[in-house]
Amino acid sequence: MIRVQQEDFDISAEIAKLRSGRTDIGAIVTFTGTVRDTAKGEPISEMTLEHYPGMTESELERIEQDAHARWPLQDSVIIHRHGPMKPGDNIVLVVTASAHRQAAFEAAEFLMDYLKTNAPFWKKEVGPDGGAWVDARDSDDDALKRWDNASKAAE
Amino acid sequence: MGVKLLYFAWVREKTGLGEETVDLPDHVQSVADLMDWLKGRGPEYEAAFEKAEVIRAAINQTHVPHNASISEAREIAFFPPVTGG
Repeated sequence: MIRVQQEDFDISAEIAKLRSGRTDIGAIVTFTGTVRDTAKGEPISEMTLEHYPGMTESELERIEQDAHARWPLQDSVIIHRHGPMKPGDNIVLVVTASAHRQAAFEAAEFLMDYLKTNAPFWKKEVGPDGGAWVDARDSDDDALKRWDNASKAAE
Repeated sequence: MGVKLLYFAWVREKTGLGEETVDLPDHVQSVADLMDWLKGRGPEYEAAFEKAEVIRAAINQTHVPHNASISEAREIAFFPPVTGG
């Protein structure tokens, strides 16, 4: 299940929904991304997330399907917010559920690595010197490379 | 028939608009051709596409490389490397 929304999400409620009516799940992993209060040593007062409506949803669905093709997941949730946010606010939630923990742990990392490099979102941070678009990090591209072998095997 | 162009993040801020529909001349065949053509449309576009090599593109809402053909494109988007998550 994927969702793109401006409003906040409730992690407990999302997990409860995912578990509702089933007892075959043995492991649930969650990742929550939140707004930091500093960037490059400067304080951040606000952050705005822009996205590409339509493509965002299709990319997140594609990424989720990829994860389900690679790991025996019983369910997953990806929720990504957009719009204005403050330090401490939630940005993104990934939940993965599987019978055993390894699949859930690995799939959650995979989902975040792919989301960071493929989902069309852009962060703009507002600090004392005004607003600045966040630069993409090479480390995010590097993180993606570790899944290369797995993806080639799956093709 | 025109093709819809969309701009996001600093590409949007530099061009000064989020989307527009344009009629393209026949010699504009690829994403790279299109960025070259856009650069000639005024100082805003020149500024937006000055560092064309860092700009990413999507055709019909799918990521594509700069050498991709635009012949089947209904919608072409230009944006910086993504920074969500």
